[in-house]
Formats: sequence, C-alpha cells, structure tokens
Amino acid sequence: MKRIFSIVVENESGVLSRVANLFSARGYNIESLNVAPINEMNLSRMTIVTEGDEVILEQIGKQLNKLIDVVKVTEYGDVPFVEREMALIKMHTDLGTRAEVLRIIDIFRGKVVDVSPDSYTVEVTGDSNKIDAILSLLEPLGIKELARTGKVAMIREKKK
Amino acid sequence: MKLKGAQIFIESLKKENVEYIFGIPGGAIIDLHDELYKQDDVKFVLTRHEQAAVHAADGYARSTGKPGVALLTSGPGATNGITGIATAHMDSIPLIVFTGQVPTILIGNDAFQEADIVGMTRSCTKHNFLVKDVKELAYTIKKAFYIATTGRPGPVLIDFPKDVQVTEAKFSYPETIHLRGYNPTYHGNLKQIKKVANAIAKAKKPLLYVGGGVITSNAHKEVIKLARKLRIPVFTTLMGIGTYPEDDELSLGMAGMHGTYRANMAIQYCDLLISVGARFDDRITGKVSEFAPNAKVVHIDIDPTSISKNIHVDYPLVGDAKIVLEEMLPMFDEYNSVDWDEVRKPWLTQINKWKNEHKLAYNEKEEQILPQYVIEKLAEITKDDDPIISTEVGQHQMWVAQFYTFREPRRLLTSGGLGTMGFGFPAGIGAQFANPDKPVYVFAGDGSFQMNEQELATLIAYDKPVKVIILNNGFLGMVRQWQDLFYGRRYAATNIEVQPSFVKLAESYGIKARRITKKSEVEEALLEMKDHTGPYILDAVIAREENVYPMVPAGAPISNMLLT
Repeated sequence: MKRIFSIVVENESGVLSRVANLFSARGYNIESLNVAPINEMNLSRMTIVTEGDEVILEQIGKQLNKLIDVVKVTEYGDVPFVEREMALIKMHTDLGTRAEVLRIIDIFRGKVVDVSPDSYTVEVTGDSNKIDAILSLLEPLGIKELARTGKVAMIREKKK
Repeated sequence: MKLKGAQIFIESLKKENVEYIFGIPGGAIIDLHDELYKQDDVKFVLTRHEQAAVHAADGYARSTGKPGVALLTSGPGATNGITGIATAHMDSIPLIVFTGQVPTILIGNDAFQEADIVGMTRSCTKHNFLVKDVKELAYTIKKAFYIATTGRPGPVLIDFPKDVQVTEAKFSYPETIHLRGYNPTYHGNLKQIKKVANAIAKAKKPLLYVGGGVITSNAHKEVIKLARKLRIPVFTTLMGIGTYPEDDELSLGMAGMHGTYRANMAIQYCDLLISVGARFDDRITGKVSEFAPNAKVVHIDIDPTSISKNIHVDYPLVGDAKIVLEEMLPMFDEYNSVDWDEVRKPWLTQINKWKNEHKLAYNEKEEQILPQYVIEKLAEITKDDDPIISTEVGQHQMWVAQFYTFREPRRLLTSGGLGTMGFGFPAGIGAQFANPDKPVYVFAGDGSFQMNEQELATLIAYDKPVKVIILNNGFLGMVRQWQDLFYGRRYAATNIEVQPSFVKLAESYGIKARRITKKSEVEEALLEMKDHTGPYILDAVIAREENVYPMVPAGAPISNMLLT
C-alpha cells in the first residue's frame, strides 16, 4: 500500500538526516522525497512517498511525529488530495523528431525551457501517471537526460 | 552581564540543580573544566573511561529519577560514551551528555580528535544538538533538560565546540520553554479510560503487565491500588522490577525468557492483559503470534510508537501511567458492591497451582557455591537495609531478577534493553553518589566486571562504599548456557578462566577484597562485606556450569519453558 506523508519540520541542520535515518534504521523504504521551505518562518515541508502494510504505515506516522523537529504530520491515503511532480526532460532532437516532440509536449501541456541545435529541454508537471505517460511517449524519440522531483501534495478543500 | 560560554554552561547547570557531572577531561573541554574548577556547586566526578562516566550518570538517574549529566571530550571521548548513551536510550533514562567539539571553523576538516558525534548519536539519543552560536547555548541547555526529562525520557547530547566555550554572550536562563514539534500526551482520553476500566472490571482473568514506564512516572502506588482493589495478579518486566512488592501474594515475579513459570503461564491463559509502561519486547513476548492467545490487550503508554508496534492492541491508551491510573481508579467505585475475592477465586487458584507446580529453585544440597544461594542470602541479610542493587548483564543478572526480593522501585539498576556488559559497576558508583546513605551492592559476572574494572580507581578516589559481588564461573556464562543447550556444548570463545586475581587487583587499588569457594563461607563473607565501612570486592567462585532456568528458547512461545 502506498502512502504520502507530508511533514512540516523545523529548518534545523540534520532534520533530513533524522527523517532519512528513521526510515533506514527501521527498514522502511523511501520511494521519493521532496524538501523545500514553506511560507512560515524556519519551517520546511517534506513530502515522502513510501510503501508498506497498514501496521508499518501507522508506525511510520507515529515515529515521524516522535521526532522533536517534526511539527506536523499529514498522511494522504484515504482523503482526496492533489499531488504533483515535475520533470525536466532533455531530448535528443533533429529535424525529423522536433515536430513530434513538440506535439507530444503540447498534448501534455508541457513547455520547452531550453533549446539547442540538437536538443530540447522540456518541463512538464502533473501526477506521477502523467509524467510516466509522457516519458513513455518521448522515450522512443531519444531522452538524453531526465530529472524528476519527488511528489508534493495537499489535501483538497471540501466542496460546498 | 556577559559571560563566556564555559561560564554560561556552569550557570545553566546550577539552574537545573545539577549536583554531579561524570566524565573525563580533554583538550576540547579544558575551558569547561577550568570553570568547573573555580566553583563548588557543580561537582565533577572523574572516572577512568568515558563509557563508565555515562553509565555512572545513568545509575545516578535510575536511582533518583533526576537526569544524569556527563561531560566528555571530543573525538574518542565522545565515541567512548556512545555505548552508555545507547544503553540509556533503550531504557528511557534521562541523561544530558555534553561533548567537546573542535572549534566551529575546523568542523568537517578531520581535525585532531574530531568526530561527527551528532551524526553518530542521532539514532541513540532522544535528540541532540550542535551549539554553533554561544547566544543559543543557554536555551539549548534548557531544551536538552526539558526534552530528556519529559514524555518518554531519554538521553540528549549537546556538542559544544571549543570556540563557543570561550566566546561571550549575555546570559539569561529561560524560565519556560515551548517546542512546537514536541508535546507529550500526559492525560489519557477520558472516554478511552472509561472503556478500559469497564474492560478491566468485566474481565474474569485479568493480568497486570508492569514495565519500567511505571517507575519513570512514579505510578507504582496506583498500580498497587489497582491490583489490590480488584485482586489482579501482577507480573513485571526486568525494567519494572520493584514496582510491585515481590513478596506480595498477587506478585508473579518477572515474566519472559527467564521469567517465572506462573507468570508465563498466566500470560497464556489470561483474558485481559493490562500493560502499563511496558513495550512488548521480544524477551517478554517470545513468539509473537502465540503470545497471550486468549487475551484482549490494554496498553497504557506515554509513547504512541510503542502501542501496536509488536503486538495488536485492543485498548490503546496514550498517557502518563500515573495520571491515567489516577483518573481510572475512582471509576471502579461503582463496583464497590462486588466481592472481588470471590470473583477472582478461580483465577487466583489456578495461578497458585502454577506457582506450586514449578517454583524458582536450585539444588540446595550442592556443596559448591550456587549463585542463586548467594543472591538469596544477600536478600535475606539486607532485608531491612533497603539497598540499591546494580547488575551487569548475563546469567547473574537473571538470577538477581529471579532470586533477590525487590519491594520498591529504583532499587534495581540493570541494563534491560541494550544488555550492556560493563554497565553495573559504574552505574552502582553513580547511584552511590546520589544516595550516600543507602548501601549499594553490585552483582557482576567475571566477564562483565572486566569490562569496566578500571573504575575501582574511581571507587577508591572518592571513597565510595560500593560492594561488588563477582559471581565467578570463569565463563561468559549466558552465551555458554546457549552453547550448552542449543549448540552441542561447543563452548566457542566463552571460557575466560584466564583472569586476574580479583582480590589482588582490588587490593592493588587499596580496596578490601576476599575470595570464597565454599558454600559454608557465603553467609559469613556477605556479613563481613555488609559490615565493612568502605568499598569491598567479594569474589565468589561458583559452580561453573550452573544454568538459568526457566528458559524459553529464543523465538519459542512464552509457555514453552525449559524448566531444568
């Protein structure tokens, strides 16, 4: 079972290591991890995607809460939430493939952020499935380099 | 007023009412020692090894409930302390460990005596800090004491660079503190407490399972009230020993791998297991899938991560044991008309039957000294002295747990979780500093004693009247026992017959010592030791291949006991 943990942490040195250590010391797996400051003083948000059975996921949640530097833990499993990740994809391009690459990017609402005579660098955002989908279409056209962020997530507000 | 970091360190410790710091000096903390030297409020105790310093601080903490403090130098001083820190962490003991660090400008340069101690101790401390700015020092020390002593206690390490010790800052010690990421739950959910009270009142065969958390929260009186009011039998873990008087009729002693027959059987047949401040360690549960198969489980613990970690819990209850039980006890008033003696009769009769079927026993006709006999004798002659007993780890530790009769909490100091050989002797010394008027006895194996025997120097340097009884079988006995029972008696690397004369060793430090080899000498020697005013080492040569029974083989169900 997959689960996303979104945790707000103190912006202290060593926090990432404490969180990572918690997973490694207890044999839990981190599938993806994303850290960045949020709009409150000295706080950051980590978004961690992990997998395990219900007992393990419950333990992970509790163990994260137990860390002194962790201020808040939100789990995304059952509630509706929005998740996004971004990918930068550097494509080998030549006259024969440029048009096709652009068409695919257009379908996925991506954009070209850098161009050279034999490459396009493409930015695309979406949920993991969307990123996987565009990658599988671009793959035969020649991916030179790929950088993917981890997921970030937020709970959907209740619709009135 | 501006103070140097080293002075802020002293002033902060005074604010925290620290009496003793245990440790060894070094280049990276020489400024702290210089300030310690200039005052008398905080006394420094010099040990002979940093591991022993941390264990001594730990013994101070276990015997008093107050946090223990250690001060170690950078690099090897700090790494030597790790075993002590990990020991305290596993047993939830409040410690503040200060380590010196190379100057901030050199951190990360592989400087002389540099170690990334914050990185190394991240997984064996409750929390740790590197103080990079002297302005944060007082607040960090306050935070460290607060974190170490509240919630589920534990060790906190403060890494203290040399330049921060000599830089000045304005000193003011914070009165209160708030950490947005740390808010232990003390009060249990009232509805849940009510639910648990009902379950307890309705149970036919309830059983109390009491761990070290009850000692931490000083909840032993509430546990006793609950047990006596509803006539519920009680077993303890190793860490919980002393919370319930072991000579009481409702006491089943310790359960687990070397627990009593009646306690382990009661676990398997109870219908409600009420765990208070215990964590379902594998030494208690044995094979988890066959643990307490007939019971619903209540788990009262201040640490939510302990609940449903190893075994499924039917009634989780997060909170401080004392506060939760105080809130729960009046709820039983509505059952005042119930005749609990009558209700409990079948269950207590059954337990009594188990008790009589297999008592803890040893061959009383044996002419060699048997360790159990020594322990029972000491229990007998110290019955009215209320002593503190510290143990090392191994066979002797289990025999003490089985054969010494404990009646009060904080009287047994033992490394339960980590199982650290070398713990008992320095921990006993630390406890003696904290309890100058109480007799302190250390039970050691010959193997364990040799892991921190250098502390004989500390004992004599401070003239502490700690008594050490070495139960000497010339083996690393517990491992030998496993080899005996499960490895075809192939005693690989467990024979340690080559050993010093412990008597001569002690005497070389100026400590009185005696070696005994016959059962007939035991009582007289123990009395001589008890009556001696200073430290005393008793080397008791015991039957070499005596085993600890009962024993549940690792991974077997808890009722699957080898009895002889």
